[in-house]
Amino acid sequence: MAKKELLKVENLKQYFPIKGGFLGRTVNYVKAVDDISFTVYEGETVSIVGESGCGKSTTGRAILRLDEPTEGVVSFEGTDLTTLSRSEMRRKRKDLQIIFQDPYASINPRQIVSAVIEEAMHIQNAVPKEKRRERIEELLQTVGLQPYQADRYPHEFSGGQRQRIGIARALSVNPKLIICDEAVSALDVSIQAQVLNLLEELQDEFGLTYLFISHDLGVVRHISDRIIVMYLGKIMEISDKKSLFENPQHPYTKALLSAIPVPDPDKKKERIMLKGDVPSPIDPPTGCRFHTRCPYATEKCVTDVPELRTLPHMKEGHQASCHYIEEIHSGEMQPRDYSEKTKIKA
Amino acid sequence: MTKFIIRRLIQTIPVLLGVTILVFSLMHLIPGDPAQIIAGESAPERQVEQIRERLGLNDPLHVQYGKFLGNIVTGDLGQSVRSSRPVADEIGTRFWVTVELAVYSTIVSVFLGLIAGIISAVRHYTVLDVVIMIVALFGLSMPNFWLGLMLIQYFSIGNWMPDWMSFMQMRASGWGDSWKQVVLPVITLGTAGAAIIARMTRSSMLEVIGQDYIRTARAKGVKERIVIYRHALKNALIPVVTVVGLEFGALLGGTVLTETIFAINGMGRLTIDAIRTRDFPVVQGTVLVISLLFVFVNLLVDISYRFLNKRIELD
Repeated sequence: MAKKELLKVENLKQYFPIKGGFLGRTVNYVKAVDDISFTVYEGETVSIVGESGCGKSTTGRAILRLDEPTEGVVSFEGTDLTTLSRSEMRRKRKDLQIIFQDPYASINPRQIVSAVIEEAMHIQNAVPKEKRRERIEELLQTVGLQPYQADRYPHEFSGGQRQRIGIARALSVNPKLIICDEAVSALDVSIQAQVLNLLEELQDEFGLTYLFISHDLGVVRHISDRIIVMYLGKIMEISDKKSLFENPQHPYTKALLSAIPVPDPDKKKERIMLKGDVPSPIDPPTGCRFHTRCPYATEKCVTDVPELRTLPHMKEGHQASCHYIEEIHSGEMQPRDYSEKTKIKA
Repeated sequence: MTKFIIRRLIQTIPVLLGVTILVFSLMHLIPGDPAQIIAGESAPERQVEQIRERLGLNDPLHVQYGKFLGNIVTGDLGQSVRSSRPVADEIGTRFWVTVELAVYSTIVSVFLGLIAGIISAVRHYTVLDVVIMIVALFGLSMPNFWLGLMLIQYFSIGNWMPDWMSFMQMRASGWGDSWKQVVLPVITLGTAGAAIIARMTRSSMLEVIGQDYIRTARAKGVKERIVIYRHALKNALIPVVTVVGLEFGALLGGTVLTETIFAINGMGRLTIDAIRTRDFPVVQGTVLVISLLFVFVNLLVDISYRFLNKRIELD
């Protein structure tokens, strides 16, 4: 399959300085995203999942340079976005749009809907002036709103409708890639489904590529082609959807997947409970970031940083960063103190 | 919109009535007999009686108030005890002096305050921001009579700028060089306002800049300048407009010291002189006019809210 690379992220780092002390010097850094690399191919949906604070939203924002990334290369169709000047980047934004998490806060309350959508078209010069009105009404219809609603203010809409406005806005400039930053997590489950289906229809219709950022595994399972699992600013596992859900390799992914509720009261399920909280990204654990909570951790995990790798029993393109993929897979290694305390009846 | 303005106008009626009642009671809150005080300690009883009769102080209170209200509505504010001229005339000549002073000062403070506040917010936590905020703190803390004296000391006596010539004179002689007359008093009055507006704009802007829709605008590729003015400033203006309205009102009543320092013949001076000479009708008149103006300015502020935020109409 000849897949065309659309977005390639290499060694992306995003450190936020912590200012302190009398003179406001930088005393330390929050290592929100620490050296991650991945590729998104044209026409696919790649999801980034992980707990709160694992750096998934930061990754999305760093790609769009809404926060300037500390280090790394973000190539979009071969051009490195991080080296573009501000005005070049502004023009590039035509191709990369983002849908935000909070449909209430992410639309300017003083602008009517048509102004919200028109502004993007105007800046990017995507549609000639006389055709914009027509295009706005068309877009509203595409996302399931009525053309006559174009002159209303955002507060006159519900959350789901506002999210549709956000989608229409993102679509208005005919982007190639849309980053959906928790695009449905603020919505009711029934509305979530509607919006997800809408996103899928739009993907088919316009040949869009999505980078879908979410903490909701159910949503991710529904929409993704491939999935990236992040933990504390690092990628733990990358895989196509099927092998990730059926054959997770990384202990963290296994724990994450065991948290998905199964709608069957008779099914006894083993829930892997992780001990403790996510460590602080200010001073992340040495070696493997996950070793403080991993039931398989050894000395080696404390000192050596594992690389993403593929082993013979894994499908092509499926990668995990763990020193003991093989041993865990073969059953040679068993989880420690997993017995009474942590096994709960689901 | 018209409905909104009409409703808001109707709402000012009780406030206006309250103001007139307060102003009316001024006369009666003075300890002792107002007629005696006006006439002077040693005045003969006949003269006191005359004044009492002229002021209508022998009537029952509600009749007096009714007359007072009726007179106000027809523009009759009584007669100055000192000059025997109608109070309305006394005020009329000085009213515009003070209003002009207040308007210029407000323009200056809005202009400086907004610019300083925006710069501070956009460059927040930089050295520039800290410097602006410290300067603003000074501006806020300096008593304006002191600032006025210092300005005269350094600029006027050093012959840089004349301190003051009445606006009326200035108008008569054409503008020419006469803008210089306005500079010092306007700086004196505008400084504190500029400082308050700068601080308000900064905090209000900072709050808005942190909002998600600012990030949305940036993600659209909107130029930073337009992000700041169209998206951030417009949303940050409401608290600022409130402060501007209050500042303007405060200026109307607060020009007393500045007018005294710069020897400006405005409402402030008139009020002070009237209080000193116990010219109660004039005091009543000035307090009434300043209050009415204050109510009117607040009405304008409320209407401007409606322009800044269309949602306000809903409640």
